Amino acid sequence: MTVQRAQLAAEEGEAGAAAISLRGVVKRFGTFTAVDGLDLEVPSGSCLGLLGPNGAGKSTTMKMLTAQALADEGSIRVLGFEVPAQSKRARAAMGVVPQQDNLDEELTARENLEVFAHLYRVPRRERRKAVDDALALAHLTERQLTKVDDLSGGMRRRLLIARGLVHRPALVLLDEPTVGLDPQVRAELWGLIDGLRSRGTTVLMSTHYIEEAERLADECALMSHGKVIARGSPAELVAEHAGERVVEHYGPPGRLTEVERVARAAGLPTRRTGPSVSVLKAETIPPSVDDELGPDGVRRAANLEDVFVVLTGERVE
Amino acid sequence: MTVEAGRAPRLRRFEMAPVKGIWRHELALYKRYWMTQSFASMVEPTFYLLAFGYGFGSMVAAIGHYRYLDFVATGVVGTAALFTSVFPGMFNSYIRRAFQHTYDAFLAAPVDVHELVTAEALWIAAKSSLYSCTPLVVALFFGLDPSFGMLLVPFMVFFLALGFGLFGMWTSSVVPSINSFDYVITGVVTPLFLVAGTFFPVDALPDWARYAARVNPLYHCVELVRHAVFGLRPLADLGHLGALVAFAGLMWILAVRGMRRRLID
Repeated sequence: MTVQRAQLAAEEGEAGAAAISLRGVVKRFGTFTAVDGLDLEVPSGSCLGLLGPNGAGKSTTMKMLTAQALADEGSIRVLGFEVPAQSKRARAAMGVVPQQDNLDEELTARENLEVFAHLYRVPRRERRKAVDDALALAHLTERQLTKVDDLSGGMRRRLLIARGLVHRPALVLLDEPTVGLDPQVRAELWGLIDGLRSRGTTVLMSTHYIEEAERLADECALMSHGKVIARGSPAELVAEHAGERVVEHYGPPGRLTEVERVARAAGLPTRRTGPSVSVLKAETIPPSVDDELGPDGVRRAANLEDVFVVLTGERVE
Repeated sequence: MTVEAGRAPRLRRFEMAPVKGIWRHELALYKRYWMTQSFASMVEPTFYLLAFGYGFGSMVAAIGHYRYLDFVATGVVGTAALFTSVFPGMFNSYIRRAFQHTYDAFLAAPVDVHELVTAEALWIAAKSSLYSCTPLVVALFFGLDPSFGMLLVPFMVFFLALGFGLFGMWTSSVVPSINSFDYVITGVVTPLFLVAGTFFPVDALPDWARYAARVNPLYHCVELVRHAVFGLRPLADLGHLGALVAFAGLMWILAVRGMRRRLID
């Protein structure tokens, strides 16, 4: 029987609990409150997408889960372990893929993984295989002796993910895993992350790429100003906050303002979409309002981005 | 992987696993840089030894009952230990923390700050205590009499290097930018290097400087090394060793607190 080492570690903690549970967590930096009474549960085996604009508190939340930031209030449990009191045990059972690439550029891909196989306490006789497996997972077997400095951006990111998986953790934290990458590379990484989920690994992924969350997450939690303001599967969130369809109206600024006024008077949510105004929940527009809005609208399906902007505001500080 | 083999490791407050992992990282880097590091660490003290030993030695034949070259050779062991520990302590820890974010990566794994600091300092001290013996080896070729006591030198130097490696790590957590190290180097390291009985005996200095030398860990190290080479004085040497251990202990506390403040929000 093969059992994931880290899962065993987790079972020593508390069986059957959520993989991650935060209750009333507050984190302040001076007078700025980065996380403001956050409640969040991530069920075991699921992939939760943490969405939100820059400064919503996503990265701070991630850092609190590894006790690299300490909460001022509230309680945090990770894989059944109290954090920060038992955070070392929690860290041993989880893998972390940071937003900022902190691979050692002077070392080879293989050496980077070997160091972390040690740090994650992979037993000596399994270490070589663990490193080989991680390299294979990241499609870097051929490049294992290349210095990280000489790897492409996509390869580096794959290596960064492989580094967090070298000990086959039960839980993986991915902080903006595909930020700044080509569409091809992103698609490739999505395949990798989806593979994790199908293996039963719990994934908490922060992202501000809507498409990423739509494709990978079982559930999304939308964060704004340090709190979760909406939670559900991508489809549920879209249905609840943006409806089925959206109509986009293009025109000069005066026309856009007019569309906004008419839609809002009818109780319909709107958002600016660059040169146009999108009227959400278009399927609920009464015929009279439809006439008033005019026939120039372009119809499209509502998406998670609409939800994101409507709930977190048009402007980002 | 079987269930048996996969049992979760017990995680205590201080463990060797993270220390070994960090040494693995250092070893991988060392494999790349051993040549330049060894060149700098071994050739520089040799230059000091030869320049002072011959240049100054032509005017000063002996200090006390030591031949001047022998006096300097034992002194330079201490300065070599100072430089090969305090600079890596300062610069490597600053760069890995602030620029490369290597330490953030380590701390996301089951590694605590005190383990990180300990592992880095032990590595620095081990390397430094070996390199610092170079002047003695060179001096052997220039007529220094071999003695069994010389074999103790790396162990004595180890505690000094540990202390100064940790001192360097602590300052790296205090300075606002890497440029501020100039204050530490000129304001702290240089006086320590000069007022320690390395190139001239502290007895020749004014009273205040003589007393100041007593709180200089390098002074205690140089005394220890000289005694190890020319004859131990057990009681005094226990005192010197105690001073070095106390220095290392104090620096460990400061370095761990400083690094924790910088690495954990």
